[in-house]
Amino acid sequence: MTPAITIPPRSNGETTIWIKGTRKGLSITLGEGDWSELLHELDLRLSQADAFFRGSQVNLSTGKRDLDQTELKELMDTLLKHDIKLISLRTGSEAAAEAAQSLGVRLGLPEATLDQTAPRTSPEEPSEGLLLRRTLRSGQSIRHPGHVVIIGDVNPGAEIIAGGDVVVWGKLRGMVHAGALGDNGAVVCALELTPTQLRIGTHIATSPEEKKSKGIQPEVAFVLNGRIVAEPWSGK
Amino acid sequence: MAGRAITITSGKGGVGKTTVTANLAVALALLGRRVTAIDTDIGLRNLDIIMGMESRIIYDIVDVVEGQCHLLQALIRDKRLPNLHLLPAAQTSDKTALSREDMIAICQELKADNDFVLIDSPAGIEHGFQNALAGADEAIIVTTPEVSAVRSADRIIGLIEMNGKGPGRLIINRIKPAMVRRGDMLDTYDVIEFLAIELLGVIPEDEAVIVSANKGVPLAFEQSTQASQAFHNIARRILGETVPFMPIIEERGGLLNRLRSLFRFP
Repeated sequence: MTPAITIPPRSNGETTIWIKGTRKGLSITLGEGDWSELLHELDLRLSQADAFFRGSQVNLSTGKRDLDQTELKELMDTLLKHDIKLISLRTGSEAAAEAAQSLGVRLGLPEATLDQTAPRTSPEEPSEGLLLRRTLRSGQSIRHPGHVVIIGDVNPGAEIIAGGDVVVWGKLRGMVHAGALGDNGAVVCALELTPTQLRIGTHIATSPEEKKSKGIQPEVAFVLNGRIVAEPWSGK
Repeated sequence: MAGRAITITSGKGGVGKTTVTANLAVALALLGRRVTAIDTDIGLRNLDIIMGMESRIIYDIVDVVEGQCHLLQALIRDKRLPNLHLLPAAQTSDKTALSREDMIAICQELKADNDFVLIDSPAGIEHGFQNALAGADEAIIVTTPEVSAVRSADRIIGLIEMNGKGPGRLIINRIKPAMVRRGDMLDTYDVIEFLAIELLGVIPEDEAVIVSANKGVPLAFEQSTQASQAFHNIARRILGETVPFMPIIEERGGLLNRLRSLFRFP
């Protein structure tokens, strides 16, 4: 099992941007191509998935590309515009590393895993998910571009923001946003579905006020006719 | 052999961290262990009052860190139990007077001469809490059976886990059996089920706790009340003994068995 999942790169002429989710957080890889075009493309991609990225922290990889301070600053400003914090830069270029240090950006480990993970995921099918077996507690946040599966409870005050579906084998009582990259077709399933707030794509719902005391059962939530609905799970 | 440093924490204030610290310190000392309690609630110290040592403070933890005195000079020995000491907090400084490194050094030094170092954490999740956790080997989380306290405990457990010292063990304080019976209060099972950590003990609400705190004689010195008995049971569980839970949590038939099966107690 590889923990990494990759959103397919969208080629715009020569530029390529990879957004990946790993156990250690989000990472964005900038490939070949003209720098300003690349930044423009990045800006566009981030705008399209604003709900997903807002408030996140990312590790950035720029490969062997040489970057000076101005170029790196441009990149950081683009991220900042979307309320994204750059936590580290992975680079194979000494010039870029120097620029990063002078701007106070922490350097990540050298790029070694990219070659292993990139070919393993078919770009057309970002189906790999993140599996966590633990209780997600108040104040803890999971952000992942693919599907998220939790074996354990998601307590109030915890949040899951997933690009794909969310499955909770336990009690879902925190905040969850499925399809956060704009997919209104995403679903959320839980053994006990009583989230503080549930979002799917661009829709928002809260759990009904009355306690479901009459026997709790597994449910699945999805968007139907523009509203989020929850139905008892029946293995069809 | 070096002792164990245990932080007693809760997130939310007013749930009884300081009372629990004082009583566990006394209970462990009565069982013959060498115990030092540290008050890390700088600026709002309380542990010295509850332990009846307020008037005997000469130096405090900030004096130690600033090099005004040696660690041993700041320790106050209990009048009844020569194996029980308190390292008091300063009342005039604030939390930033201590660093994590200071706490680690102090705990290391105290562990060499004690079986237990009990660290009374301030409320909150900021600097003061991080300090209290820095020198600890393990954590005890105190909560009351109220939704807000349990939520705070959940948050704190997450932070303790992030520090690699988790998840810790739980004490549920101030449970009122009558209210639980009426269904007006979360019961032990509700709390454990939510927090999913090991239960160390349940302490019933007891007016004697307030009386003893006012007198500066922790309740654990006498074993006459249920609350005091609960502290002694917890102390023995900390020492690794298997002590059955008191009947207060058995009142909703079969609960103890559910708990036992949950934690595989014999």
